[in-house]
Amino acid sequence: MNITKRAKIVDKVMTGIFYVIAGFFLLLLIAFAAYVIGNGFKDFTPKLLSFSKDGIGNQLFNTIYLVVLALLISVPLGIATGVYMAEYAKKGRFTKFLRICIETLSSLPSIVVGLFGYLMFIVLVGARWNLMSGALAVSILNLPLIATTTEDALRSLPKGYRQGSFGMGATHWQTICKVLLPACLPRIMTGIILAAGRVFGEAAALLYTAGMSTDINWSRTWHITSPVSALNPFRPGETLALHIWASRTEAIEANAEQIANFSAAVLLLLVFAFSIGARLLSRKVEKNMTGK
Amino acid sequence: MRKLKRLMAMCLVGIMAFSFVGCSSNGTTGVSGFITGSGSSALLPLAKDAAEKFKETNPDVSVTLNAGGSGTGLKQVADGSVDIGNSDVPAEDKLEEKYYSQLVAHKVCTATIATVVNPELAKEVNGLTKQQLIDIFTGKIKNWKEVGGPDLEILLIARPQTSGTRAVFREYALDGNEEMSGAALETDDSGTLLQTVADNKGAIGYVALPYIVHNNKVSALAIDGVEPTLENTYNGSYPVWGYEYMYTKGEPKGVIKAYLDYIVSDEYGVRIEEQGYGVTAKMTVER
Amino acid sequence: MDRKNLFFKEHFFRGLITVCGGFVIVLTLAIGGFLLYKGVGTFTVYGHSPLEFFFSSDWAPVDSTAGGGQVGAAIYIFGSIVTCALGLAIAAPFSFAAAIFMTEIAPKLGTKILQPTVELFVGIPSVVYGWVGMTVLVPAIRDLFNLTHGYSVLAAGIVLAVMIFPTITTVTADALRSVPKDYRKAAYGLGATRWQVTYQVVLPAAKTGILTGIVLGLARAFGEALAVAMVIGKTRAFPKNILSPTNNLTASIASDMGGAMEGGEYNMALWTMALLLFLISLGFIFAIHYISARSEKKELASRKGSESKKAMSASKEEKVGNVEKKVIASSQKS
Repeated sequence: MNITKRAKIVDKVMTGIFYVIAGFFLLLLIAFAAYVIGNGFKDFTPKLLSFSKDGIGNQLFNTIYLVVLALLISVPLGIATGVYMAEYAKKGRFTKFLRICIETLSSLPSIVVGLFGYLMFIVLVGARWNLMSGALAVSILNLPLIATTTEDALRSLPKGYRQGSFGMGATHWQTICKVLLPACLPRIMTGIILAAGRVFGEAAALLYTAGMSTDINWSRTWHITSPVSALNPFRPGETLALHIWASRTEAIEANAEQIANFSAAVLLLLVFAFSIGARLLSRKVEKNMTGK
Repeated sequence: MRKLKRLMAMCLVGIMAFSFVGCSSNGTTGVSGFITGSGSSALLPLAKDAAEKFKETNPDVSVTLNAGGSGTGLKQVADGSVDIGNSDVPAEDKLEEKYYSQLVAHKVCTATIATVVNPELAKEVNGLTKQQLIDIFTGKIKNWKEVGGPDLEILLIARPQTSGTRAVFREYALDGNEEMSGAALETDDSGTLLQTVADNKGAIGYVALPYIVHNNKVSALAIDGVEPTLENTYNGSYPVWGYEYMYTKGEPKGVIKAYLDYIVSDEYGVRIEEQGYGVTAKMTVER
Repeated sequence: MDRKNLFFKEHFFRGLITVCGGFVIVLTLAIGGFLLYKGVGTFTVYGHSPLEFFFSSDWAPVDSTAGGGQVGAAIYIFGSIVTCALGLAIAAPFSFAAAIFMTEIAPKLGTKILQPTVELFVGIPSVVYGWVGMTVLVPAIRDLFNLTHGYSVLAAGIVLAVMIFPTITTVTADALRSVPKDYRKAAYGLGATRWQVTYQVVLPAAKTGILTGIVLGLARAFGEALAVAMVIGKTRAFPKNILSPTNNLTASIASDMGGAMEGGEYNMALWTMALLLFLISLGFIFAIHYISARSEKKELASRKGSESKKAMSASKEEKVGNVEKKVIASSQKS
């Protein structure tokens, strides 16, 4: 057997092995998703969606509300930071340091962010657990993602946009907010959707900031100062991800395990919906860009 | 861009307007405010149930309660992050003087603590003597066959130092002997504990009676032939029980006072027993 | 008038945006500063030596300001290291295989099906992994190895492996794709088989990117709290083997922080753990920078002389930007 022959056999064997591994993983991932979703909906009753302690309606609402609050905070700040990096920052130590800071923020363990939030927004302020602190903590995790997406989007715009705008006598700021930002809005949106997807699943950062239980009285929704109003951002609010954690630790309701299974399934579907949404959006953008 | 701005401004105005309307038309009965509580997992079911009933007449009260262990409850009520700290043990046993001196105790009920095992195992072992229990929890007995059960390793589920249930169990079930830690699983989450016992044939742990009243995945063990029931607790034959406390920082005011008053009222008293807790007044023995 | 307004706006918004950029720096410094301030308390206020914290396994901090307990966190530190190492050991080979499959063997199938699926799984919340690990994996391990219970280092390792598998795979696949086509063409031209090309040309050329992927995966594994807490068993003992339970840094912070008296020794010791996690994540970032800087140096050295120093510094700046993008792109998904 000569070297070439052996090499060819090895090549075939390795190719086979890789096919097997890839197929195995595809199967594993699909099986995992199917199990979680199937198991969650197995004994589905409408009661599971109800806004009571037997259902997850309140937690679902809290999750979405928290996402909205977190985005209200992190989107303006993140976009501004991105604009700064792409448009105003000069090459130098400050910018370099800012980059390192953004990286640090993005790689912080979420439990550490949660502790920081607990200290800053709960202990120092003297507040009780509330959604707003949770949103602030999650914003810290989101900020770097939105900032870099914005920066990338701005940098990848053709030079013509800027030149055209400047040529017509627009100021830098006018150019940014009338020409550049609208042009890369879809890409920024993709980033925002991904960021929202992350908030959905966040639990460790909320453990000591948003609290692990919730109490909503839906007839009080519009009395926003009422402690049981759904829209009051300064009430404790447990999210779906935390609910899974809590049903492991507390488990008083008789169907705690079922609720946790169902929460996991809903959470999975939400996350899938968001990342598929982001993917479709970015694909559409790409098409538009190349179509032009 | 401008459209977006206008939309956001409109939303803000809208929310403000609604909240204004909300404030002005606040013609509801009952008190209003936040109640947050944490602590003893033994007391949690009662606190939650009481909150639900309490809110039927006081719809503007937000009650959020969590477990975490008696130590957690006492700590958080002392530093002000919750309004009510639930505990199985008096604050004096857990906190430093400068903290517990600010706290006011409210004795709400008694809780019986039951030793639980897997139902499969309970078919073969339906009771232990106190000495056997002590030997199991201190690690002297490591296999179920030593107490007449199957040849199966004992999986001990301990509770951490911060646990009040542990303190009660140590004093009245183990006669003051420290349970072994380091080789045992350790959790103060009664939910986790029950799940682990339900999943593992060799497991043994202890929880407050209310957790197993409606749970058929685990079985309670008799100690020296006495079943952990409310009657046996009342007549003094089952020794492992303790008072349950709700602590507030300073005298309770407003909505918190209303809630605490409601729990000790006769109106709510009937529900205490339904859930497996003991009514303090019915105890024939005192501690 | 109008023009004046324009200039005012220009400067105003420029200022505002710069402030936002500055805010990010302030925020990062604040987090670092707080952690440092809280974390060193164990050593300064309660007078424990760092040696005790790192190498002793006597963990009995006193839950009050009196102090005098033991703060040996060696079990937790070891638990973190061993679970992450196991997770990485399980995930890395499979990740490389999946990445190679996607880029070298079946690019069409890879980009159309495997890659989107893998990317979809980067975003799955870790509690879901933890929950499935606890309800499916833990009992399975118990029955498979005939144990009294399945909470173990192995369970934690597997959960972490599944969690970091997508991260490592996507970063590795990116690295493999960025290997210039010429490399492959040249190798094929010499008569090499596909496996030879992959193993001897593409993989070495993509080494830096692959290392970055590993570090990113490790960083994610180290910071994970709740998923691990659900399956590790929380036993305060060194694991005897991979089937015995133990505890780790993040799980103990998550479960004990709520019950530790503010400013007490216990509380401080937990903050020290948090500080340690922060420093570890900083360490990972510097590791990535170091890896890419080193490879770049080599690259430059191989392109003899003709490049001026200016070009070098320019490409460095660009490289920093690239590294940052990678770090963030992978962490956003965690």
